[in-house]
Amino acid sequence: MTSTSFDVEKIRKDFPVFSRELPDGRPLVYLDSGNSSQKPNQVIETMREHLALHYSNVGRAMHVLGAESTDAYEGARDKIAGFVGAPSRDEVIFTKNASEALNLLAYSFGNPANTDPRFTLGPGDEIVISEMEHHSNIVPWQLLAQRTGATLKWFGVTDEGRLDYDPALITERTKIVSIAHQSNVLGTVNPVAEVAARAHEVGALIALDASQSVPHHPVDMTELGADFVAFTGHKMVGPSGIGVLWGRAELLESMPPFLGGGEMIEAVWMDHSTYAPIPHKFEAGTPPIVEAIGLGAAVDYLTEVGLDAIEAHERELTAYALEALREVPTLRVIGPETLEGRGATVSFTLEGIHPHDVGQILDDQFGVAVRVGHHCARPLHLRFGIPATTRASFYLYNTTGEIDALVRGLHHVQKVFA
Amino acid sequence: MIGESMYQELILEHYKHPQGRGLREPYDAEVHHVNPTCGDEITLRVKVGDAGKILDVSYEGQGCSISQAAASVLHELATGSTVDETLSVVDEFTRLMQGRGQVEADEEVLGDAVAFAGVAKFPARVKCALLSWMAYKDAVVRSAGQ
Repeated sequence: MTSTSFDVEKIRKDFPVFSRELPDGRPLVYLDSGNSSQKPNQVIETMREHLALHYSNVGRAMHVLGAESTDAYEGARDKIAGFVGAPSRDEVIFTKNASEALNLLAYSFGNPANTDPRFTLGPGDEIVISEMEHHSNIVPWQLLAQRTGATLKWFGVTDEGRLDYDPALITERTKIVSIAHQSNVLGTVNPVAEVAARAHEVGALIALDASQSVPHHPVDMTELGADFVAFTGHKMVGPSGIGVLWGRAELLESMPPFLGGGEMIEAVWMDHSTYAPIPHKFEAGTPPIVEAIGLGAAVDYLTEVGLDAIEAHERELTAYALEALREVPTLRVIGPETLEGRGATVSFTLEGIHPHDVGQILDDQFGVAVRVGHHCARPLHLRFGIPATTRASFYLYNTTGEIDALVRGLHHVQKVFA
Repeated sequence: MIGESMYQELILEHYKHPQGRGLREPYDAEVHHVNPTCGDEITLRVKVGDAGKILDVSYEGQGCSISQAAASVLHELATGSTVDETLSVVDEFTRLMQGRGQVEADEEVLGDAVAFAGVAKFPARVKCALLSWMAYKDAVVRSAGQ
């Protein structure tokens, strides 16, 4: 599919937020989808209709509404499994976000309740991450290392913003490797299949934080070669409050429950319990029902537009942005400056002007919404010796005209601070 | 535009030409304050002389124009005043910043710091303006404890 068949104006009409104006009549230029995406009518209406007409608790209610709600909730799981090419629907675990998914996973290592040797972890064993990770793929592993005495190691990042991949960092002592599929700051897409092959060669497991890739590229769980993949709904035109941990069934079955409570059990006695099979073993309590159903509608929407078409459109936007930003004096892109192996996220600095000031003026005077700060990736910013960056991130509904607005805004920012 | 009212000429002037920047000897107390949500940070020293006279406020830090200009204005206002006088300015500045734009600034007390009145309308930026002032208050309290 070519990008010429991509009708961005038609897509924008699906998103009610683009029909509003900001205070003082400014148009909204939303370049912050890497943070969270906007929602189309199809998602909003599906959630509204479910709340209005079909809502009840799932899995336990013996009545019509209970059955309708359960069908819709489990139907969403089927849709998501299909969307990411999961071999089995039972491998799709609903969590509240990608952070929870990664914490769930980290909890199952070095846990006395898990005797599977692939998950045992102690002093001398190694956990491998990278310097470009989001805090949600750093802190759970730091906590695990503290609990178990295992060693935390990481791949560096090159000056160009690429993973400084050294296969030798993954050793016979490595139990788990967890890296981003696509960086939320640099836009870099990592060679995950290669890293996965190396991890498996030494008998380690590998997890991917795919929060920034699943919304933007066709992603197939089996092709990635990973054992676990985490992603989140709100970055892929779905609601907040719903995320996914995908894992190979055989591994999920050997992992201990994370949260205990209703619906995750098979039978409970006063002194012990047995647990439900996956996926419900990991879904204690009333889940985010309507959010899961909304995510199901989101993957329907993305599928209808086509992930190939979205990817091609974003590629065009990224090429346009990288070119346009070159015109801005003193602007330095933090991340790859070519289109190879990168997604539609562009972070940058302007000499002598703090990103918070850049973001404030872009928002106030041009309606341009970008993210400023360390984007929950402080170690990556330390690596580049900068406290913060300004980040523009694009999605299916963005236009080259909006990139022009960003560039005009940046020129104005430079005038204010000249 | 609302933002124009925040980036007052005086603030931009102090940001581009910070007054009293750099850490100096001698000093009675040194503090390091950070703003975890945005990463702004400041290291600040005070030297207090006889009769509570502030002999020097020296600082080093990184952050946005608001946080850096606020430190510069603080240096100008505090140096040469007394501890008691400056603490009442800190209180008035805090009251202004936390007033959500509804508080009338007392220009007589605040002097140049009145230029930050526009910042109070941006809750996300109030902590930027207050960073160095809170660090100063902390440093003065510590110097008195010696």
